[in-house]
Amino acid sequence: MMRHLLDIADLSRADLEGLLDDADGFVDVLARPIPKVPALRGKTVTTAFFEASTRTRLSFERAAKTLSADTMTFAPGTSSLSKGESLKDTVLTLQAMGSDLLVMRHQAVGAAQRAAEWLSIPVVNGGDGAHQHPTQALLDALTIRRRFGRLDGLQIAIVGDIRHSRVARSDLLAFAMLGAEVTLVAPRTLLPVNTDGWPVRVSSSLDEVLPSLDVVYLLRVQTERGGASVFPSLSEYTARFGMTRERRARLKPGAVVMHPGPMNRGVEIADEVADDPDALVLEQVRMGVAVRMAVLFRLLGGEADV
Amino acid sequence: MSDIVLAGGLVAADAGMVAADVRLNEAGILAIGPGLDRDGAIVADCAGCWVGPGLVDPHVHLREPGQEWKEDVESGSRAAATGGFTAVVAMPNTDPPTDAGHLARFVAERGRQVGLVDVIPAGCVTAGRAGQRLAHLDDLWAAGVRVFSDDGDCVADAGLLRRAMEYLADLGGVIAQHAEDRGLAGGGQMHEGEVSALLGLVGIPAAAEEVVVARDLTIARLTGGRYHVQHASTAGTVALIRAAKAGGLAVTAEVAPHHLAFDHTAVLSTDSAYKMYPPLRRPEDVAALREALADGTIDMVGTDHAPHAAHEKDVPFEDAPRGVIGLETALAVVLGTAALGPADLFARMALAPARLAGLAGRGEWLAAGGPATITVVDPQVEWVAERFASRSANSPWRGRRLKGRARHALLRGRLTLRDGEVQW
Repeated sequence: MMRHLLDIADLSRADLEGLLDDADGFVDVLARPIPKVPALRGKTVTTAFFEASTRTRLSFERAAKTLSADTMTFAPGTSSLSKGESLKDTVLTLQAMGSDLLVMRHQAVGAAQRAAEWLSIPVVNGGDGAHQHPTQALLDALTIRRRFGRLDGLQIAIVGDIRHSRVARSDLLAFAMLGAEVTLVAPRTLLPVNTDGWPVRVSSSLDEVLPSLDVVYLLRVQTERGGASVFPSLSEYTARFGMTRERRARLKPGAVVMHPGPMNRGVEIADEVADDPDALVLEQVRMGVAVRMAVLFRLLGGEADV
Repeated sequence: MSDIVLAGGLVAADAGMVAADVRLNEAGILAIGPGLDRDGAIVADCAGCWVGPGLVDPHVHLREPGQEWKEDVESGSRAAATGGFTAVVAMPNTDPPTDAGHLARFVAERGRQVGLVDVIPAGCVTAGRAGQRLAHLDDLWAAGVRVFSDDGDCVADAGLLRRAMEYLADLGGVIAQHAEDRGLAGGGQMHEGEVSALLGLVGIPAAAEEVVVARDLTIARLTGGRYHVQHASTAGTVALIRAAKAGGLAVTAEVAPHHLAFDHTAVLSTDSAYKMYPPLRRPEDVAALREALADGTIDMVGTDHAPHAAHEKDVPFEDAPRGVIGLETALAVVLGTAALGPADLFARMALAPARLAGLAGRGEWLAAGGPATITVVDPQVEWVAERFASRSANSPWRGRRLKGRARHALLRGRLTLRDGEVQW
């Protein structure tokens, strides 16, 4: 029985597949004329995002509302955090207000783990530093599974700033656990310093691995970092690792391009690639709502027939 | 005051470890020998214990002045006495930093007022620990400072370090360096390796320490100055120190108990009790440090006792302040990790740090006529680290079962610790 969702590494393959199966069902719910089920009526889901987010927070709130849960949104900019309240006191306060589940994003690694220790309600990690973002991995796995019917044996490359990416750390674990063969593609300065024991291959050449891929998963270049200390310039990055129209043409038939958003068009992904029907970026967003419904349903022990 | 007899222990004397009683008073040690006369004396049972020169910690943070909610000289002295220490070297990264004589005198005077251990102030190398210009070195020296350090920060400017070493070489002072290259450390949170990669935490490579130690040893050779490596944490640092000693340099080094006990996999918990700088390193570093302490390449143990309040540490790892307390657990941890015999234990935890700190009359084995500053170690007693005399409890050993503890301690003939209880 899952109590929290903090880290993909805490899940078994059966756990993962069970959540994806549930999410498949919720995809159907979302396609109904009135996309609403009473499964979590009377429950309150609180989102506390201490770091900027649009899609993840909205996606959780949409998922909660579709399950008929109430939502509370904690906005750090206007809160007592600016008066110096500690993280611990903040989340204890949110719990005392009647939250039944807390979704938390925080810039510090392990923050959701700390919250799970402090609180008695389930905690969902909506991203902790460069560590984990488990619902992103679930939605990406669901998107791929619905497109290909499986992950077993698929060739997936994750391209870009792996070192600073919680998406990469979550996705590679989920993809590998579900049987895909994962290659990390990045310059040395954007790779983790040590990937010994990781279920991945590593390459510094996108062009070499490109023809064999079923899925190209592009990470956002953190342009706010300016790139200055990790690669020479954005244009050099694009030349080596950008998904250009030319590279798109060299993918094998049926291969897809994914991106967790928000995209830097013209940097890691060209306009034509982003807007191509085989780019699954918006499909990923749709699947995000369904997997988050599955997670909330599982953690809040919803039992109603959906 | 009546005499005291430490009865029935194994005594660390010049001739080696001998089964003997020790009779003493405030004037000093009166006699060492088997079956001493106990008439009119307070008898402290030392059966099964090691009786040796009083332990000295060359590296503690007592937080006074400026951060008394974490610790002060009184609570820190109590923690030191509980751990069996009779003297501590207080690092100067207080607020204000100890960069002039009057500030050093204040810290030492507070230690005398409390009276449980000798509190020896270390002084800054640079004014305000800012790394820009030399602190008031003569003034600090006149106030009794013998160890100079910007601990918490590295003296980064090689030219400034050279001038400090040259200046102190005339006086006889020692530079104690917190060796950490800021560029390589890169704002890191833990050791750079497979654990930092897995967690997505920014890592501090072993090289961040080693490049500074290598550079400083070169400067020590240039200047002839005394140099001390604080909290050595890597096998590479050990190799550099070993080579420098073989080359005849006046270099000493300390290791912290936590670096003997834990490796970076402890950080997988993201528990801030394992956050300190330098960070916990690889298992092979831990093994090299234990070996180096045993063979004397590393001269001494320094706890780097760094108290922080519960609310400061009960936060995500990255948001937590660095450092852990260590005074009350050091003996047990050293005994449990480096497997030192009694003579080596007192050499590393009493004699070498006493010499570093320039403590007059200390740094010698016990002998009649010598100072009655003594620690009695029970190497067998088992206990659980639950409550601390320190004002803070940020210890990675909290709740753990430990073996070995100070039973008694004496400062100039006065019992400061008796049967594990601090004597006020």
